[in-house]
Amino acid sequence: MLVPLSWLKDYVDIDITPQELEKKLFSCGFEVEELTEVGKEISKVVVGSVEECEPIPETHLHVCRVNAGSHGVFQICCGADNVRAGGKFPVALVGATVYMTAKDHKTVEGTMTIKKGKLRGYESEGMLCSGVELGVSESMFPGAGYNGLLELPEDAETGADVKPMLGLDDWIFDISITANRPDCQSILGIAREVAAVLDKELKQPSLEYTETEAEKEGFSVTVDAPDLCPRYIGHFVYDVKIGESPLWMKRRLALVGQDAISNIVDITNYVLLEMGQPMHAFDCDYLEGNAINVRRAGEEEKLVTLDAQEYTLNSSHLVICDGVKPVALAGVMGGLNSEIRDTTTEVLFESAKFMRDNIRRTSRALGKRTDASARYEKGVDEYTTVHAMERALHLVEELGCGKVSRTHVDVNTGNSIEPREMKASVRKVNDVLGIDVPQNEILRIMKNLDFNPSVAGDELTLQVPAYREDMDSYPDVAEEVIRMYGYDHVVPAFMPDAKVTMGGLDLKQKRELKLKRALCSAGAYECIHYSFFSPSDLDLLRLPQEAPERNAIPILNPINEELSLMRTTLAASMLNAIARNQKKGNLEGRLFEMGNVFVPEELPLNSYPDERDTLCIGIFGEKESFFTLKGLAEKTAETLFLDFSYEPVKKPFLHPYQAAAVFCQGKEVGYLGKAAYEVCEKLDLRTGAYILEMDLKALYAMRERAASFTPLPKFPEESRDLALVMDRKVTCGQVEDIMKKSCSHIRSIKLFDVYEGEQIPEDKRSMAFTIDFVPGEEAFEPDTVDRFVKKILKNLKNQLDIDLRS
Amino acid sequence: MNDRLAGIKQEILNGIDQLAASRAAAFELRKQFLDSKTGKIGQLMKEMKNIAPEERAAFGKNINELKDWAQQKFSELDEKLKARELERRYESEKIDVTMPARETETGNLHPVTQIRNQLMDIFVGMGFEVAETREIENDYYNFEALNIPKDHPARDMQDTFYLSPEYLLATQTSGAQIHTMEKKKPPIKIVAAPGKVFRSDDDATHSPMFHQMEGLVVDERITMCDLKGMLELFAKKIFGEDTTTRLRPSYFPFTEPSVEVDVSCFSCGGKGCRLCKGTGWIELLGAGIVNRRVLENCGIDSEKYSGLAFGIGLDRAAMLKYGINNVKLLFESDLRVLRQINDN
Repeated sequence: MLVPLSWLKDYVDIDITPQELEKKLFSCGFEVEELTEVGKEISKVVVGSVEECEPIPETHLHVCRVNAGSHGVFQICCGADNVRAGGKFPVALVGATVYMTAKDHKTVEGTMTIKKGKLRGYESEGMLCSGVELGVSESMFPGAGYNGLLELPEDAETGADVKPMLGLDDWIFDISITANRPDCQSILGIAREVAAVLDKELKQPSLEYTETEAEKEGFSVTVDAPDLCPRYIGHFVYDVKIGESPLWMKRRLALVGQDAISNIVDITNYVLLEMGQPMHAFDCDYLEGNAINVRRAGEEEKLVTLDAQEYTLNSSHLVICDGVKPVALAGVMGGLNSEIRDTTTEVLFESAKFMRDNIRRTSRALGKRTDASARYEKGVDEYTTVHAMERALHLVEELGCGKVSRTHVDVNTGNSIEPREMKASVRKVNDVLGIDVPQNEILRIMKNLDFNPSVAGDELTLQVPAYREDMDSYPDVAEEVIRMYGYDHVVPAFMPDAKVTMGGLDLKQKRELKLKRALCSAGAYECIHYSFFSPSDLDLLRLPQEAPERNAIPILNPINEELSLMRTTLAASMLNAIARNQKKGNLEGRLFEMGNVFVPEELPLNSYPDERDTLCIGIFGEKESFFTLKGLAEKTAETLFLDFSYEPVKKPFLHPYQAAAVFCQGKEVGYLGKAAYEVCEKLDLRTGAYILEMDLKALYAMRERAASFTPLPKFPEESRDLALVMDRKVTCGQVEDIMKKSCSHIRSIKLFDVYEGEQIPEDKRSMAFTIDFVPGEEAFEPDTVDRFVKKILKNLKNQLDIDLRS
Repeated sequence: MNDRLAGIKQEILNGIDQLAASRAAAFELRKQFLDSKTGKIGQLMKEMKNIAPEERAAFGKNINELKDWAQQKFSELDEKLKARELERRYESEKIDVTMPARETETGNLHPVTQIRNQLMDIFVGMGFEVAETREIENDYYNFEALNIPKDHPARDMQDTFYLSPEYLLATQTSGAQIHTMEKKKPPIKIVAAPGKVFRSDDDATHSPMFHQMEGLVVDERITMCDLKGMLELFAKKIFGEDTTTRLRPSYFPFTEPSVEVDVSCFSCGGKGCRLCKGTGWIELLGAGIVNRRVLENCGIDSEKYSGLAFGIGLDRAAMLKYGINNVKLLFESDLRVLRQINDN
């Protein structure tokens, strides 16, 4: 929220610098996002009195003698059409900085420093300035909008700095207001805090006005939706003379970026800024039926708002109606049909409280955000609703733009705007903070904040102002106290009274971390991808319509379609990551991600879906193959103390002959394989890519091999190499399986060679294995291992027609 | 006779002088003189019988001296040749040590994981357990139970992704507070991870998914001083012993009072620089004393117990700590980025 320092000073005597005030605000919970000096770019510009002014022949220029008081008298050339002897204008002295304008003299194009110069042979020492060159608009100073020199009043002191008189000596605080302090969405609200933190008195704006005897006969207000509008105050003002607002008001509106429109409209905007209460003014000429009715809109009911937009409403929207038709979208914007015009003579002022949730929904649903709706969304209190009307009526009188009738209608649900009493234990307040704030400090702070505190023993009694709807219980008091007392009084401690607890990771967390580290040590980098993906990712994976991965949870309000589904597989994100890397010239690498896939019980969601921990590994580059990826799968098994087995599998996004399903303890837990060429082509991959995905949730649930010790063999082990010839269809896994089942003394089987070609029949291939045999309680007899081998060979021959290679 | 001894001696010296620098040749030369059967010195011994008995002792002594001398000479020679041979071998194996290392690539954890692990280590050391966070939450855990009723403006602070009227993507990890307090009774000390949270915000400085780490302590007499003490300790461990912390008032519906915790800028030490935008301070996390209503919502007696809670933005912490200048880089898996951050 923008707060001009000059405006704040209306309510509080501020005797510290803007920078010091910024720090004070910060310390009590109001972060100043930006502190701007209004006339920061302008320097060395003073009141110049033009004593002589002669035209330069054959040009539009004049050469002037300008008296700049104590700064001296200068010859200055000037091209403006309103320069004249006897006039007073801002003069930028040599060395001054002002805004530089484009040829149109209106558009600011940065700043410039004034130098001595020569124009048409005439020396020129300085520059007479326009409003634009000083960053002053018509609403900041009358005449500043003229496309020529800014004319200063005759009584302006020659040689004086122009900044104060043009309102350029001001500062604007852009303050961020937390959601619990809607009462600070106004200059007055901030002033209250500033007064409290500076130990100063708050000067209330004047709320006085005189009601005349006039009234609007028969006028009535009814509220049909008190749940959405707990308070509605209307006041009738007559003899209205629409005109311009005074300079001070226009200047304040301008400082916070609000255009001046007309006195009556400016009053509503001014009160909104000053007190935080959105107000509205209806032209009574256009109100039919001598009545106001606040009700829900009818289905398909239409309203054209002030900005000439037509909206089709429904019963979730609140409208203000006259006796016949809607005249305003409550809390958001007035209707075009009853807007204030130059001809307006009678006005109905509205100050109301609308429920924040309803205004928010309406504002969102219609895509219409206004200053009013922004205030209402955060919450407006009835205290302010009441006083804002008084303030508006006061301003009507002060500006002399109308007469206040006695027709004042106040429809309410009986809420008091008097302070409510609240009691809190001083000890409890201090217990929240962990320090002992002296009682007199607590009293001082709460008094400064207008809580009119008293204390009896441990009991603090507060009168909570009606605008402090956030105050509920002793922790709130603690917060008020400490933010004013200062957080630097909080002494670091480390839970001296707390019980000792056992910290640590649980088994799942430990395994997860161990697995991550193991994969890193195998050269893979951890990635994190978004938990949502695109429908096109499912197409990338060439998944058929009935694939379970297509049953993804949709996001109802996604940022875009690319991020609209919760992931059911991590493979697509991984493939995309590989593609991105290749585009950037990383042609080899290993990546992994551990994240969730989301499996809904039903759609639309009405229970927690299964958030299933999943591992995805993606490797790519010339050095990688199915088997290097399988190595990582085995690393995973080893890290988790599990054993995997593999069977060929078909997946639409994997190479049909280089893909395997992974099994653990009889359950399918994932797959690995080479990315299908169709996928690679779609992603423009320049090398092969290999993908693994595994259900970690299932793996974590598996019985892990116990970490135990097997005594070292007492007797020497023996090993044998066997070169076998078999049908090409026979798999290594099948051979190993038969071997293992044939002999209980096998410690390990290692494939060390595969051969197809000469000396081997055409439809066959040879595989060579090293088998290690480990003895049991007794040493091997000389022929024991040979007997084992014989049995293995016999079983291989019988079951798969495998021969020893001759 | 002694002349013959002197002659052999000279022969040995000449032989050694003319010898090629090979240990095998030296061995052959040695054999010529010192072989027990065929060596010239051994041969001299055989002549002992031709020597007059009274001279035999002196003769034997002389031969033995010669033998010792020769052995000494040859072993010196061997040492020398051995050293020379080794030197040659070393030279032959000379490499250019400035040539690139052979790759033994070790991957890195993701920068967010690295930061998370560091934080977890610190908090686990303080006696914290690690609770799990959900990515998909329902309205009650994400909002209602945290004192954010339906009409609360705080809901606007977080643009929520909805999956159904009741289910949504967690906008904050604070729901873990509720899940924890429903399951456990005080004393409670948890941090919650992995902490993926989501807000409908996608621009240069915001990612629609980011990470938080939530912390919660509930016990008797937990105060703002404990919050400050604990977070100060933590900040020192992460950013260095000289780090100081500052609390300033803020607002979260689920804590009261609420604070923002700033740490002194670890880049400039608080003097003011680009990282801290000249303020000397860096906003690190939000925290506060657990709102009594939140405790009551979980059936914890708020008269007896109090709590503190904090939430740290991990992506931001990682970016600050490692100087990563764009949040999007964290989710693009660019190996050129991932290879750089090695603080595992």
